[in-house]
Amino acid sequence: MTEKISRVRHEYLRHDKKFPHVWCPGCGNGIVLGSLIRAIDKLSLEKDELVLASGIGCAGRMPAYVDFNTLHTTHGRALTFATGIKLAKPELTVLCVMGDGDATAIGGNHFIHAARRNLNLTAIIINNQIYGMTGGQYSPTTPYGANASTAVYGHIEHAFSIAELAITAGAAFVARGTVYHVRMLDTLLAKGIAKRGFSVIEIMSNCHTQYGRRNNMGDPVTMMQWFKDHGVSEQKAKKMSDEEMGEKFTIGVLADKDMPNYMEEYRRIQEQAQLK
Amino acid sequence: MENELTHEKRVLQGNEAIVEGALAAGCRFYAGYPITPASEIAELMSIKLPAIGGTFIQMEDEIASMGAIIGASLAGVKSLTATSGPGFSLMQENLGFACIAEVPCVLVNVMRGGPSTGLPTSPAQGDVMQARWGTHGDHPIIVLAASSVKDCFEITVQAFNLSEKYRIPVIVLSDEVVAHTRETIVLPKLEKIEVVERIRPSVPPEWYIPYEDNSRGVPAMANMGSGYRHHVTGLVHDPKGFPTQRPDEVDAFIRRQYRKITNGFYEIQMSKTLMMEDAEIAVIAYGSVSRSALHAIKSARSNGIKAGLLQLITLFPFHKKAVDAVLRQCRSVLVPEMNMGQLVREVKRVNLSSKVFKYNRVDGQFITPDEIYDQLLRM
Ligand SMILES: Cc1ncc(C[n+]2csc(CCOP(=O)(O)OP(=O)(O)O)c2C)c(N)n1
Ligand code: SF4
Repeated sequence: MTEKISRVRHEYLRHDKKFPHVWCPGCGNGIVLGSLIRAIDKLSLEKDELVLASGIGCAGRMPAYVDFNTLHTTHGRALTFATGIKLAKPELTVLCVMGDGDATAIGGNHFIHAARRNLNLTAIIINNQIYGMTGGQYSPTTPYGANASTAVYGHIEHAFSIAELAITAGAAFVARGTVYHVRMLDTLLAKGIAKRGFSVIEIMSNCHTQYGRRNNMGDPVTMMQWFKDHGVSEQKAKKMSDEEMGEKFTIGVLADKDMPNYMEEYRRIQEQAQLK
Repeated sequence: MENELTHEKRVLQGNEAIVEGALAAGCRFYAGYPITPASEIAELMSIKLPAIGGTFIQMEDEIASMGAIIGASLAGVKSLTATSGPGFSLMQENLGFACIAEVPCVLVNVMRGGPSTGLPTSPAQGDVMQARWGTHGDHPIIVLAASSVKDCFEITVQAFNLSEKYRIPVIVLSDEVVAHTRETIVLPKLEKIEVVERIRPSVPPEWYIPYEDNSRGVPAMANMGSGYRHHVTGLVHDPKGFPTQRPDEVDAFIRRQYRKITNGFYEIQMSKTLMMEDAEIAVIAYGSVSRSALHAIKSARSNGIKAGLLQLITLFPFHKKAVDAVLRQCRSVLVPEMNMGQLVREVKRVNLSSKVFKYNRVDGQFITPDEIYDQLLRM
């Protein structure tokens, strides 16, 4: 079993890249990377056909470590670059990994329009509820009342749900997972990548260094425990009152619909234009 | 469809000629956001590109448009975006990415009065220095200026060629006058147009070093999905493409960027001279103003004044050699611009002791031949 896992990792990791990685020991980003690799292996995707693009932030450092076509863009803009790549070469499988600030603050506009447009891209959003790389400033998903380096008196804004935002904006596939529920995460990522259309996988992850420390959430293991206790399936959540839900959140596939994707529609435009 | 571009005579606007030039140069991807006076470029691209198997997309803003054309170019497709002042400002962030990652692409800025929303339907040349230095950090860039419909076609082709050859974003500056003036243009036959493609790696993938230096300073560029998997980043990177902060690697990286452009001065720096042979005074101009300057010089000549014109096509890298020759030859030089005096500073820097006059209009009005002629009389 371990042998198989290590073979899979070696197959997809870059060996000419100087490890160790830049992440803090115990950071959830590493778990997401492992899960992503297993999902890709499960789908038997060719490395040459894969693109992993990212924005800026701790999450944004992920592409450098994998042996795909990789792209580390500007803060919040990964989806715009990915859109160009996918339209220019539709046969490529294009994935984007982003932080919560990256995807929904500075990149929020790109995110909702990418979801609306329904181009066949996969957005993997690591939601650690904070700006990790720049030192713990609050993000659009920092909870009300939480502590951040720019909210030492307690945060007064309200967080939005990335998954709900994606559903409302029209994404074809939306799922939420956590770095604790890692087997489920493998499946969610595989489903999202395989989906023809815009898919979003929001992953609740621990930034113990910047978020956990400031909010008395303990070490990575304690934060994992928190994800274990707070992630509930949709069926379960349906039976729970608002009070019972409290800080809990739903996990699993939250939306999955079939509709024509942008590339199919554009092909139709091309055919029409060529007839003229 | 390809033969739609014949050598026939057509009456086109500057914006339309840019589209024809881009398609002739092999552009097959356009991403943009509507803005006056550049929108016709997007509209025409949305009609023409799908008909020849290309792709047009209207993005949510200019930041996204710039990101998308970089993405498409990384995937191997020649890409264009077009905008005006406010949109040009938004493009600066990702323009810097195209510089540092050395991604060929062409950006047209149809200049209008600024700053901010400024004068949406009036011509101006206020973005010259922004084109040179708008994105942060040390970087070379190529900036070309179009003065006529014919220029729009030819310069756009050249912009793509230089961009591919030197792996650098190229900015084409036009203005509201050039964009909307209709002129007769004879479009050359496709096979008569020189089209340059980026150098692709010739080594097997396992030997490919994506940012390896060579005598030209321009590394071979592998398209995404062609088997040459590598990393592209906006961080300063080592020859393998991975982030580095090693002073020696950082220094070598930045200096190579400059060297590759300096090496190409002979073909990047383009200009035209008219009646310069025996000129005693001269006008140095660019864009639509150079056309007024040409008329002014002709009037001056018919009144016995030995005046000449240096029209700068390449604004950056600044054509010091051409300007220096004019400054040496003439007792004084006039630099008329539809701004408060931007390129005139570069002209003065070439030779601080020469007599350089400026003439500026910033009221949204075009500089007329008569105004330039009046200035010539005072020199
Ligand atoms: C235009 C721009 N503004 C600001 C920054 C600085 N910056 C870098 S990462 C980051 C936020 C990172 O937070 P998040 O996106 O949540 O990712 P994480 O580091 O938590 O993975 C910011 C603000 C930048 N690189 N570019
Ligand atoms: S700062 Fe937070 S997000 Fe960044 S590597 Fe450390 S734990 Fe992970």
